[in-house]
Amino acid sequence: MPREIETEQARTMSLEAYADTILPGERRWPGDRAVAGVSRGGGAVASGALEVLRSAEGGMAPALDMLADGLNEHARAYAAESGIELDADVPPFVSLHYPDRVLLVQRLTDRANPECDAWISLAMFCTIAFDAGSHTSTVEALAAGHVGLTTMGFRAPDSDGLWRFDTYSYGRQLARPHPDTTPSGSPS
Amino acid sequence: MTSSESTDVLVIGSGFGGAITAYHLAAGGARVVVLERGPWLTGEDFQHDFKFGSSSTRIFDFVIGDGMSVLSGNCVGGGSVVYFAAMPRAPRFVFDRKGRFNRRMWPAAVSRDTLEPWYDRVAEALPVTQTAWDTVPFSGGLFGAACDHAGRTANAVPAAVDTSRCTNCNWMMSGCRFDAKRSLLLNYLPAALAHGAQIRPLHEVQHLSRTDDGGYRVHYTVLDDVDYRVEVGGGTIDAKIVVLAAGAGATPVILQRSEPTLGAMPHAVGRYFSGNGERLNTAIFDEDRIRDVLGLSRPDGVPYEAYQIGKGPCVATWDRLDGSLPEYERYSLEQLYFPPGFGTILTQVPDAVGPSWFGVEKKELLRRWQSWLTIFTMSEDDNEGVFGPPPSSGNSMRLSQQMLGRGSLRYEPTENTLRGWALSDAEVRDILERDGLARVMPWTNDVVGAYTVHPLASCRIGDDPATSALDDRHELRDHPGIFVTDGSAVPGGLTVNPAMTIAALAERAVPGIVEAARARGVDVRYGAPAPDGATSSRDAVLPLVSGARRR
Ligand SMILES: Cc1cc2nc3c(=O)[nH]c(=O)nc-3n(C[C@H](O)[C@H](O)[C@H](O)COP(=O)(O)OP(=O)(O)OC[C@H]3O[C@@H](n4cnc5c(N)ncnc54)[C@H](O)[C@@H]3O)c2cc1C
Repeated sequence: MPREIETEQARTMSLEAYADTILPGERRWPGDRAVAGVSRGGGAVASGALEVLRSAEGGMAPALDMLADGLNEHARAYAAESGIELDADVPPFVSLHYPDRVLLVQRLTDRANPECDAWISLAMFCTIAFDAGSHTSTVEALAAGHVGLTTMGFRAPDSDGLWRFDTYSYGRQLARPHPDTTPSGSPS
Repeated sequence: MTSSESTDVLVIGSGFGGAITAYHLAAGGARVVVLERGPWLTGEDFQHDFKFGSSSTRIFDFVIGDGMSVLSGNCVGGGSVVYFAAMPRAPRFVFDRKGRFNRRMWPAAVSRDTLEPWYDRVAEALPVTQTAWDTVPFSGGLFGAACDHAGRTANAVPAAVDTSRCTNCNWMMSGCRFDAKRSLLLNYLPAALAHGAQIRPLHEVQHLSRTDDGGYRVHYTVLDDVDYRVEVGGGTIDAKIVVLAAGAGATPVILQRSEPTLGAMPHAVGRYFSGNGERLNTAIFDEDRIRDVLGLSRPDGVPYEAYQIGKGPCVATWDRLDGSLPEYERYSLEQLYFPPGFGTILTQVPDAVGPSWFGVEKKELLRRWQSWLTIFTMSEDDNEGVFGPPPSSGNSMRLSQQMLGRGSLRYEPTENTLRGWALSDAEVRDILERDGLARVMPWTNDVVGAYTVHPLASCRIGDDPATSALDDRHELRDHPGIFVTDGSAVPGGLTVNPAMTIAALAERAVPGIVEAARARGVDVRYGAPAPDGATSSRDAVLPLVSGARRR
C-alpha cells in the first residue's frame, strides 16, 4: 500500500476514534478498531462525523491532518506516561481503550489547555453530526434513517418536507399568573 | 480624492435598533441607507433544515469569545428573524439597578413609567400580543404545571407571534417560513422601504471616518453570499448622521476599529458588556411521573415526549422578579427549546460517572431527548464583559463559511453573577426535581464558557460619562451625530428577554435623532404612525416630543 494512503487511512481512523469518543457507537464490522464499540446503536461516526468535519462549509477541513497527527502525538505521550503499550498496527489514539481515549479527550478539551479551542471545535462538529447531521439535508437524513436524529427520536416532517404539529397543547391553563402582572401581560 | 456616495442618515445593521430608526427617519423625510452584513431572506427562503448553507447557518452568527459566546442574527431583520419572539416588558426595579459602581445605571430620564409609551409603540407595530394558555405547547404547559405543583406562579409570556399561522414547528431559529413570527421583515422594514429607504445586504461596515463638513464617512466591504470569509467589493458612503445598530457584539467593535480615524472613544465603548445573566438548565423528565404527579397527558395518552413541538419560550415564572430582593438575586425562569446543532452539546448528564458533556452516558441521555425541557435563567450579571482589540474585519475571525467565528470578548463572571446563577439553578431544581419529576443539570460553562443570545450594554446609555458611552439621547459622547440604538445601549441585564426594551429604547431615541438631523440641515420631522398606519400609540407620544415635530 502506498505510504500516503496509509497516512490518509491512519488519519481517518484517528478522527473517527475521536468522534466515537464524543458520541460512541457500535462497531461497524467485526474487528472495527476506530469505533470502540462501547454503545448500542450508531454514534457520531455512523452519523457522518467525518463528512461534517471534511465539509468545505464547516471550515475544519484544512486543519484535520494537523489535528489527527496531533491527536496521535498526544496519545503517544499519554501512553508513555501511563505505561500503556501501544499496538503498532493502528494509530496510537486508536490503540487506546475507550476509557483512556476519554481521559485524553478530557485533558485536551480542558479550558486550561492552551490548545483547547481546536479540540473543542472538533468535538462540536462531531456532536453536530449526531444531533443535526449538518452535512446533509435534514429531510433526506431522516428518510435515510440518520443514526443520531433517529436515536433522539426527532420527528419526521409532513410529506412536503415541512414540520407542522396539529396537536401541540394540553389546551388549558396550568398555573396561576403572577399577581402583579400588568394588563399588557408583562411583569410590573 | 475618491468619490463617495452620500445620504442623510446611514444606519448600520437592520435588527431592532436599525429597522425602527430607519423607518421613522425615512417616513419623516430623510434619505436613509441601511447597510446590513447578512443576506436578505424572506418567507420560503427560510428552510426546515440543519444542513450547512441552509437558512439556519446563513442567517446566524455564533462568536466564541474568551469565557462568553454570543449568538445573534446575521441577516436583514437581524435578531428578529432568528429570535423566539418572547416580548415581555422589563420589570420596574430593573431601571433602579445600581450595579457594581453602586450608582444608578440607567439615566434619570428612563424608568418603566417613562418607557411605557414607547413600549406601546412597539407593541402596536409588531404587534405583540398576550399568549392564551390554549395555544401554549406541551413544553410550556409542563413547565407551568410543575411551577404550580411547587407553589410558584407562572405566566404565558406576551409574544410577537401570529398563532393563527403558527404550526408549532420550532424552527424559529432558522427564520419563520409561515410568516407567523412577527419579525421586522413584516412591519418596520417594508414600511421603511415604502418611504424610500434603501437596504443593502451583505454590506459589512468596518470603520468610520470624518468628512470635512462635520459628517461621517462609512467604510464597508461587500461579502460573498455563500462564504462570508470572502470579500467581493467595498466602498464608502458619506452621511450627516450615523445610527449604529450592529448589535451589542458588533457595535463596539466597529467603534474600536474607528479610533485611529475618529479619535479616542469614550471609556465605556467595548466595556460593561452584559450577557443578560443568561444561564440554561436542562431537565430530563420521567414520563410516568408527569402523568402521576402532574396529571398531564397528551390526547394520544403519552404524558409529554414533546420537546421538539412548539414555538420557543411560552411560559415563565416571575416570582423572583421582586424589587424588594437584593440586587443580583432577582431573575426570571422561562421554558425554552434549543434545537439540535447547538442545543445538545452543553447539556450535562446528571450524576455522571464519566465526562458530563460527552461520552457513553451523554449518548444515553440523547435517547431521551424528547423528554427534555430547557429552562432559561435571565438574571442580573455584573457587566463584566470587555472587548479586546478588534479583529481585522467584522466582529470575529470567521472560522466557517457561515456562522462560526472567534471574537475578542472576555468574560469572567464575578461572585455576584455566579451567586445569581447558583440561586436560579437551585430554584430550577427545586421546581422540577420535586416528587421525582425530572433530573436537572445546568449547561456546562467548561466548553465554550458562558453563552448568551442576549448581548447587551457594550456601549451603554447613562448619566455618568465615566461608565456610559452614550448620553440619555443615545448620542456617542464626544462624537456628535453618531447614535447607538441597539442592545449595546441598554445599561445592564434586564432579568427578562430584552428585545422589547431594546425596541422601546430605539423608538424613544428617534425624536432626538430627528432633532440632530434637522440641526445638520436634513429636512425631516417626527410623527410617523405605526408601520401599518395605526395611530393610537403615535398620538400618545406626540405630546412628549417637542423640537422634532416642527416643519
Ligand atoms: C436564538 C435567539 C433567540 C432569541 N429569542 C429572543 C426572544 O424570544 N425574546 C427577546 O426579547 N430576545 C430574543 N433574542 C435576542 C434578540 O434577538 C436581540 O436582543 C435583538 O435582536 C437585539 O437587537 P439589536 O438591534 O441590538 O441587534 P440585532 O437584532 O442583532 O441586529 C444587528 C444587525 O446588525 C448586523 N451587523 C452586525 N455587524 C454589522 C456590520 N459590521 N455591518 C453591517 N451590519 C452589521 C447584524 O447582521 C444584525 O442584522 C434571541 C436571540 C437569539 C439569537
